[in-house]
Parts: sequence; C-alpha cells; structure tokens
Amino acid sequence: MIQHVDNPIIEVHDLTVSYDKKPVLWNVDFTIPAGALVGIIGPNGAGKSTLIKAMMGLLPLSSGYTELFGKKLNDVRKRVSYVPQRESVDWDFPASVMDIALMGRYGQRGLFNRITAEDRSIARQALEEVHMLEFANRQIGQLSGGQQQRVFLARALAQQADLYFMDEPFAGVDAATEGAIIELLKELKSQGKTILVVHHDLQSAADYFDWIVLLNTRLVASGPVKEVLTPTLLQETYGGKLSLLAQVGDIASSKGVGTRE
Amino acid sequence: MDAFWIILTGSLVALNGALLGSFLLLRRMSLVGDAISHAVLPGIVVAYLFTASLTSPFLLVGAALTGLAATWIIETLNQKARLQHDAAIGLTFTLLFAIGVILVASFAGQIDLDMDCVLYGEIAYVPLDTITLASGIGMGPKQVWTLGIVFVGLIILLLTGYRGLSLTTFDAGYAAALGFNTSFWHYALMGAVSLSTVAAFESVGAILVVAFLVGPAATAFLLTRSLKWMLLIASAVGIASAISGYYLALWLDGSISGAMALMTGVIFALAFVWQMVVKR
Repeated sequence: MIQHVDNPIIEVHDLTVSYDKKPVLWNVDFTIPAGALVGIIGPNGAGKSTLIKAMMGLLPLSSGYTELFGKKLNDVRKRVSYVPQRESVDWDFPASVMDIALMGRYGQRGLFNRITAEDRSIARQALEEVHMLEFANRQIGQLSGGQQQRVFLARALAQQADLYFMDEPFAGVDAATEGAIIELLKELKSQGKTILVVHHDLQSAADYFDWIVLLNTRLVASGPVKEVLTPTLLQETYGGKLSLLAQVGDIASSKGVGTRE
Repeated sequence: MDAFWIILTGSLVALNGALLGSFLLLRRMSLVGDAISHAVLPGIVVAYLFTASLTSPFLLVGAALTGLAATWIIETLNQKARLQHDAAIGLTFTLLFAIGVILVASFAGQIDLDMDCVLYGEIAYVPLDTITLASGIGMGPKQVWTLGIVFVGLIILLLTGYRGLSLTTFDAGYAAALGFNTSFWHYALMGAVSLSTVAAFESVGAILVVAFLVGPAATAFLLTRSLKWMLLIASAVGIASAISGYYLALWLDGSISGAMALMTGVIFALAFVWQMVVKR
C-alpha cells in the first residue's frame, strides 16, 4: 500500500543506500503531503535513521534522489531542520543550553556573521516552547536524557524551518518529555509545518501520527495512518518478530503475568 | 635575558598546543595530534635538505603538509579500508616517522639534524639563533618569531572560526545538515596542528609537543564546562607549565623541554586531585 500524493512536500525517488556494498535501503519510493505528521516505523536495522540521513544528504546514495518542496536540498536548506539522535553527540561538550539553542541560528546567520539580539530572542523563545528556558545557563552535561532531547528540539525550532526531520526523539525520554514533545509536534503541525519522525513504538504510533511510512530495508507502505497500520502490513514489516512478540503477549496475558507495556 | 627567551619560546609552544589541543580533545582526536607530531618528520628532513634551518615560511608550510597528508591517510584508511581509527593512526604515524628516521640517518652528513634534536629539541639553544637587522639591531631569537607568527595566525583562526570549529566539534552531523563543510573545518584544524607542531619542533622536539597538545587541554576540561573558559584555562596551564618547567630544569640541571612537559602532567595531577577533593 503505497499512496502517492499530488504536489508532495517530500518526494523520495528510487532511493538505494548501501554500506559496504550491502543495501540498507532498497529502492525506496514515496511522497509525503504538506502539513503531515509522519511516523517512519520499522524494526531495528530497518534503515529508518539511514532514510532520514539520506534525505538530509548526510550519506552517499547508491541511486535515487530526494526532492523537498519540489527542489534539491541545497536550494531549500534554510527551510529544513534536522534533529539527530541524542546519543550521536558527546554531552560532556563544554556548552550551555543556550549555546546549543543558538546553534540553530548558525544556518540562517552563517558562521562568520555576528549573532544578533534577534537570534538570541529566537533561541530563548525556542527554549520557552520546550520548557527549558529556566535551564538556559545550565551546562548540557548536567541535563537528564529528556532535557537533552528538548534542547535538541529547541535548536531545531530556532531554525524556524517549515520541514522537520527527527531521528528517534522519543528514545530514552521520560513520560513528561514524551508528552511535551508530542504536544509540540502537534502545535507545529497546526502551524502548517511538516514533520517526519523516526519512531519505534507501535503502540503509540496510531495516536501520534496521521501518515505512516512502514520500512524494512525496502518500503512496505506509505499512506494515511488508518490504511497503513493494518495487521497484514505490520506482519509484512516486522515479519516473524511481530508474531513472536504477539505470542509472548498472549502467553503472558493468559497466565496473568504482568507486562511492562 | 636567555631565561626570558627560553620561557617565552616554551610559552608560545604551550599556547599553540593548549588552544589546538582543546579542540582535539573535544573531538576525541588527541592521538591524531600525537600522530601528526611524528608524521611531520619526513617533511622536516626534506625541508632541512634545502636549508640549514626552518627559517623559510615556505619550508615551514611544506613540512606541515606532511602532517595534513597523515590526517588524510588516517581518514582514508578509516573510511575506505574500514580500518579502526586507532589502528589507522598507529599505522600511519609509525610509517611516516620511520621514513623520517631513515632520511635523518641517510643524510646525516648533509643536514644539521640528529635524532636527539628530533626527539627532545634544543630549547636551550633558542637564544643563540637570533635575527639581526642590516642596521645591526637585534630582533631576538628566530624561533620566537616563527612561533609568534603561528600563534597570531592561530588566534585569527579561532576568532573567525570559533563557531565553525565548535559546531563541527559538538555535532558534525547537524553541521552538515545545515550545509556547512565539515571536512573544511577538520582540515583547517589539522593544518593548524601540523603547522604549530613543525614550528615547535626545533625548540621542544617532535615528541614533547604532544605533552602541550594534551596536558593543558585535559586539565582545563576537568575544571570547566564552558568552551571559552576551557581555552583560557588551557592557555594559562600551558604558560604555567613553561615557566615552572624552566625553573625545575634549572634546579635539576636537566632537560628544559622535558621538565616543561613533565609540569603539564604535574599540573594535570594537581587539578585532578583538587577536583576529587572539591567533589566530595
């Protein structure tokens, strides 16, 4: 089930990415409508993060291309914002929360022009939106995982982009942060922004997103959440793993064993 | 007066090392600095074949290019051959250093360079090699001028490139997503490390440069969580090591550059102990 849209904000065309000549993404081809809150879902090693990185031009492509706003990435970079995985950086780096939020302005301002008072006020506002303004002068090494994730989101917000790519923003964060993040994503969507989120929790996917991309090296499905989150397609995406999990769940419930979910 | 020039030379080496070393440490590349300091040897020997000393800026830059080549080889082995980063570093710098050693031995008769000088430098002789203008006015030791010019260049790099260096150091993926050329900043930093290593080589030697690249930066990293303060504290630690090292050497009647390098370790140890006590 791959539903294509007219006038897509994102068009991924025949994308193939390989590591050591071994494909991690195979012939992925989909379109995303503007204003969608999109979940990219699939098992571990499905190539979800690779897909986002490939779309952001961070990886060499074996074939295919991505168009954003109908243009090449380099022409629209200022309208696109990227939130890497929290674990991808060293949080012992000597910087304050404000320093990181201000990095979101580097793209608009360039590396050699002065950071202005306007940039500072935009960064402060971004921190306010993720409820981190009171920690503005805190060293980033002292933050909890959830707070670190919010700082990364604030940095992305400070870019004032129209399109957001987020790599596992819900990974390893507390429930309060997860709630705050999803509120923020819905707020961004209501402002007409488009957001792509790499996500691995099937339970919450139906509540969070309105468009789903199911991925397992190749594209399994792309479309509105109700049409995509079907047992058949999920089975196809997760293969044996999902049925095994379902069996474990069944056994656990039949024997009255509590599960963590 | 000799003491002043020797301490000034040591301080300049320490300052260059402290500033660059801070970024190397945060990039987890302190060992790349180590590798560069060894790998520039063949470049230095070839430069010496053209002149008795590294006085020409062209030769200085030429020798520094060997260091850049080393970082390029390390990156290529790491990315293309999938060799682990530490293995790539180990392979590269020993290879280049070995070539340098063979060159020193082969041209021993033709160049004013021996392995002792390569390893330990001759900081005590710095005040002897001075620049005198045609009018007869003494301008001070050549080494101070070389190191001073590199230091000024480094300050200019840091003032203009502070944001580029800090952004690509903290989050290279994000920097690339913003459209910035992360390779440019990588090689700008590595080029600066190569250049300052070559410039420092005559005074403290190829090996002891590493002490100044790692020690002051590591000490500062223990003491602060702000990048600007880290650079300032590392600089202060570097100068303190140079001054205390000089007088330690005088007292021991030993190697000046050795004592300066030792002091970087002693100051680190003091900072470490102090931090353990404070944190209790």
